[in-house]
Amino acid sequence: MTQPNGQSAPGKAASVPPLVVSDVSKVYTVRGRGRGKFTAADHVSFTIPPGAAIGLVGASGSGKSTLAKMITGSERPTSGSIKFGDLAVERLGAAELRRYHSRVQMVFQDPYAALNPLHTVEYHVTRPLQNFLGLSAARASERVHELLEIVGLTPPGQFAGKLPHQLSGGQRQRVVIARALACDPELVVADEPVSMLDVSLRAGVLKLLADLRANRGLSLLYITHDLLGARVITDEILVLNKGKVVEKGPTKYVLQHPKDEYTTQLLDAIATPFAENGAATH
Amino acid sequence: MTLLHAQRINVVYEPNRGTRIWSVRDVDLTLQQGEFVGLVGESGCGKSTLGFALTRMLRAPARLENGAIHFDGVDVASLSGEALRRQRRKGFAIVLQSGMNALNPVRTIENHFGDILKAHAGPGDHYSAGAIRRRGAELLSKVRLEPSVLAKFPHELSGGMRQRVSIALVLALEPKMIVFDEPTTALDVIVQKAVMQTIQELQREQGFTAILISHDLGVVFESTNRVMVMYAGRVVEDQPSNELGRGLHHPYTEALLGCYADPRAEEIHLAGIPGTPPDLSKPLPGCAYAPRCPLAVEICWKVVPPLAPLGSGTAACHVRAPSAQVPEAKVAAAKAAAGAVATK
Repeated sequence: MTQPNGQSAPGKAASVPPLVVSDVSKVYTVRGRGRGKFTAADHVSFTIPPGAAIGLVGASGSGKSTLAKMITGSERPTSGSIKFGDLAVERLGAAELRRYHSRVQMVFQDPYAALNPLHTVEYHVTRPLQNFLGLSAARASERVHELLEIVGLTPPGQFAGKLPHQLSGGQRQRVVIARALACDPELVVADEPVSMLDVSLRAGVLKLLADLRANRGLSLLYITHDLLGARVITDEILVLNKGKVVEKGPTKYVLQHPKDEYTTQLLDAIATPFAENGAATH
Repeated sequence: MTLLHAQRINVVYEPNRGTRIWSVRDVDLTLQQGEFVGLVGESGCGKSTLGFALTRMLRAPARLENGAIHFDGVDVASLSGEALRRQRRKGFAIVLQSGMNALNPVRTIENHFGDILKAHAGPGDHYSAGAIRRRGAELLSKVRLEPSVLAKFPHELSGGMRQRVSIALVLALEPKMIVFDEPTTALDVIVQKAVMQTIQELQREQGFTAILISHDLGVVFESTNRVMVMYAGRVVEDQPSNELGRGLHHPYTEALLGCYADPRAEEIHLAGIPGTPPDLSKPLPGCAYAPRCPLAVEICWKVVPPLAPLGSGTAACHVRAPSAQVPEAKVAAAKAAAGAVATK
């Protein structure tokens, strides 16, 4: 993989601060019918060390995405603290939050919804370059081509002018990843980045995320209910159920020795085309 | 007993502007009563289009080019209007990908049942409010939902529940064949497993013929008894499901299998499939998979491989399943190449 010229040399891990989530809770107040309190995150604590990849695993409604929103600063925790180095994420004001967003970027689940159908690939990737880095148009265009090359959309000249509908789901997700990388973030939060993609494309996107982490030294928070994906790219996982961390540890170890019933359930629910793996009965 | 017999199905998308896309190419398909068949392939391989063609749901710019579809003794390919509409009662039906989009957000589930039952009522059928409620509750219980769901609006239900409702709606007309188009793709794994289990149980209890369309070979493998793999509009392999885990297959099927692994294994290798499927607006002279295929030999670029015996089923591959219809000398070359690969 080619390294971009200039600003983003490998071995950046030394300068990436750890993200420390301590005792974070988020309680939503539900109005109207069925009114009451809903606890989306319940005293969650974990750390993403510099350059590490952590998996956040759980079914729908387990609080994964709420945690992602609090880490990226779009929601504030009801209690507890989130520290990125010395920065208290939960206390950032608008201007500081904007600066924070140039360091922490997000890859969303649905590449069909995350891109504006009226704008080209080049436009999408250029926006963060101009907004956060203030690059000139010429320099930005050059950088867009580098970024497209990094995410495997080659030759970049052929992709830059395309509109989202001219791309496949996997290619769109690569554009979303290129956009997330554009401002050279230190932490990438990927929320189910492959669940909308064909199984055959998943491996490619997972490999891309793993390579990016290795080559650019960024930290990765990978949110998913796909345990195979988690196994491939993360070092450690946390299993969430109803807002609580029910299990955590090195990914391979947790998957091979699941303690919580919910982790076992998730493992059993995986559909594989191999009879010897158990589930199938004919 | 043969329920569905389709020959040389071809579907083209012919927009007013832009290029003509040949989405389904010369597909032959015979389904027995009570069979559960999976249709697998990447996005854009024509599997949903084929499902829509079989249930006569294609809308412009898609068009069934030629080919015959015999369903339960009737040539449904040529039906239209009222005659086609009548086939939807006790005939064939389709469950769409996302239950959330298939339901009307401003009508209760009970209204949905009422709409379907009244629209397709036979002569002399009369559905009172009470009868609709009783029939709705009965259908909901088949998909493991409580009768209380009848009074709810779609937004009050979870994704899995909405998908169950859309299955119950399809059951209302007692179809002989149901096409499930990616019924669980939008659901999380645990809910997916539960919904698939219900579909399997229903299929066994009610005995309808089912076609499951999915990009996920794992899901198809676990529920069906026969799998058809599609690539670039053609069926490239047709096998009993339990044969997938062993023996040699079409190289594309093998590539799909390479996308799976047990997350508990000591070592994991996820292969993925490099490259992209071909552009279906262009003519494809040989095997459409040749550009991505590790086994491709010269003939693969020139002659479209026909389905020929492989293992307990058939495959369309010059190398793995040489066909008598292809000249001898070329077959010999292909076999030699296959031998070289097998001993690798």
